[in-house]
Amino acid sequence: MAYMIVKDNCTGCTACEPECPNQAISETKDGLFVIDPAKCTECIGHYDEPQCVAVCPIDDTCIIDDNYPRYQAA
Amino acid sequence: MQTAQTQSGAEGVTAQTAVNLDDIMQKVAEHKGCGTSGGSGKASCGSGAGENDLPPEIWEKVKNHPCYSEEAHHHYARMHVAVAPACNIQCNYCNRKYDCANESRPGVVSEKLTPEQAAKKVLAVASTIPQMTVLGIAGPGDPLANPEKTFKTFELVAKHAPDIKLCVSTNGLALPDHVERLSQYNIDHVTITINMVDPEVGAKIYPWIYYKKKRYTGVEAAKILTDRQLQGLEMLTERGILSKINSVMIPGVNDQHLVEVNKAVKSRGAFLHNIMPLISAPEHGTVFGLTGQRGPTAQELKALQDQCEGEMNMMRHCRQCRADAVGLLGEDRSAEFTTEKIMEMEVNYDLETRKAYQAAVEQERDAVVAAKKAEMESLAGEHSDIKMLIAVATKGGGKVNEHFGHAKEFQVYELSTAGAKFVGHRRVDLYCQGGYGEEDSLATIIRAINDCHAVFVAKIGGCPKNDLKAAGIDPVDQFAGEFIEQSAIAYFKNYLDKVKRGEIAHVARGDAEIRQGALTSAEAA
Repeated sequence: MAYMIVKDNCTGCTACEPECPNQAISETKDGLFVIDPAKCTECIGHYDEPQCVAVCPIDDTCIIDDNYPRYQAA
Repeated sequence: MQTAQTQSGAEGVTAQTAVNLDDIMQKVAEHKGCGTSGGSGKASCGSGAGENDLPPEIWEKVKNHPCYSEEAHHHYARMHVAVAPACNIQCNYCNRKYDCANESRPGVVSEKLTPEQAAKKVLAVASTIPQMTVLGIAGPGDPLANPEKTFKTFELVAKHAPDIKLCVSTNGLALPDHVERLSQYNIDHVTITINMVDPEVGAKIYPWIYYKKKRYTGVEAAKILTDRQLQGLEMLTERGILSKINSVMIPGVNDQHLVEVNKAVKSRGAFLHNIMPLISAPEHGTVFGLTGQRGPTAQELKALQDQCEGEMNMMRHCRQCRADAVGLLGEDRSAEFTTEKIMEMEVNYDLETRKAYQAAVEQERDAVVAAKKAEMESLAGEHSDIKMLIAVATKGGGKVNEHFGHAKEFQVYELSTAGAKFVGHRRVDLYCQGGYGEEDSLATIIRAINDCHAVFVAKIGGCPKNDLKAAGIDPVDQFAGEFIEQSAIAYFKNYLDKVKRGEIAHVARGDAEIRQGALTSAEAA
């Protein structure tokens, strides 16, 4: 039920953090960003497309985390 | 290309804050007549405009701003603070993953700062470099895509260092949303990067934009971007905020189109147009770098700048610096002011010391202008079609005061009977270049200034002197320590006399290469 950020691709540019409607994105000690899978809703119910994917400057950095089942709107 | 959206830009302006657009356009138009007025003719044109060429309130805003005044850039320094890492568009000449400490290009930065760290850095630099008069926020993303960090930084700096001018450089997408706040924060210089006014051209430069919570691509994205840019520019003009337009010249993509851009931004009141060469190398990892898109040659760039000059002020002294650059244009002292170093610094911000130092700088500056004027009089009555370029090695202060072998760049002046006119600069530093050894550094320099007839230096060794002569470039060290323009005019007069007497024949020079590499201090290497 969540997106994840590929650590090796993240530049720490901060663009995604304020766009997340669930406040699921936070900065780590090394200046990069992570998504809290418990908070991520894939933007379903908020926007047509996941905001972190839409704003991230590096392709294939915000991707579906296969460790979690796809989010189902309530 | 006026659209419904750009026209609506005026709606938010109140009668109190709005400056009459016609008044501004009139002032802008008045100082365009420099080609026909004044003894120095075209030499006083464009970004080289001096005190007598501009309305007093505009002169006051640009006189100590190294980016807005070519004359000021010899004497005053600027700094950028990298508080704005997020961006809202993607450009094919930018790679957000790239940072090399020795590489100097827009968008490149070594560390990001919080507004508090940035303010401390500004005070530390201002105390160490009293001629630092301007703070810009230019990324490495877009300042207006990070509005809270950007405005917080300005607020802190304005509080502690009220004499420092504040400016931003933006892609323009979010500009209309922030013009009101920019004017509240007393920011009177805004640079917008405008590479096109035709969405079909834009689609080749911008793969996507992020706007109103949605990613747009292709022509649709470029259409939104150009509408927002032009709307933002009009809003700035209405409020009397000076605007500079940066355009990246991309041969085969937007080179001839930039003439259209020039007209579009001029008609909306832009103060200055800065056409820069594309920086593009495969190792930068940008789309253009990887697809082999080339940048322009020196002649191509100058021809386009000359073509647009009749239309409005052109900036030719841009060094395309990093988003965390510090120092005079052409030097980068950012390595002296890393976060680690500034946090340990005792900062003693003394406004009076800065004022006293700047008063001395003004005296030096007046001397440069007086020397140029006196020398120009000796050219009065001379008429010749001969035009030539010279390269000058300088450390600043408007003087020929750098050794040939130490020069990291050469400033290029065009000489004619109209005077000596600054037309550009050439990087020749070797850091981060890979493949350039000591032995062929001279060949690199010759390629960079191959369109010049002479090179003015404070000192030069015997070997490079002979190699330059063999390449047809006259090595000139007789003006060591003297004012550049005065020396150049004296040299040109002597050259004309020799041509008249038949001692030498004037031969046109070939093209020169614009370096794609770095411009950083040796300390940073």
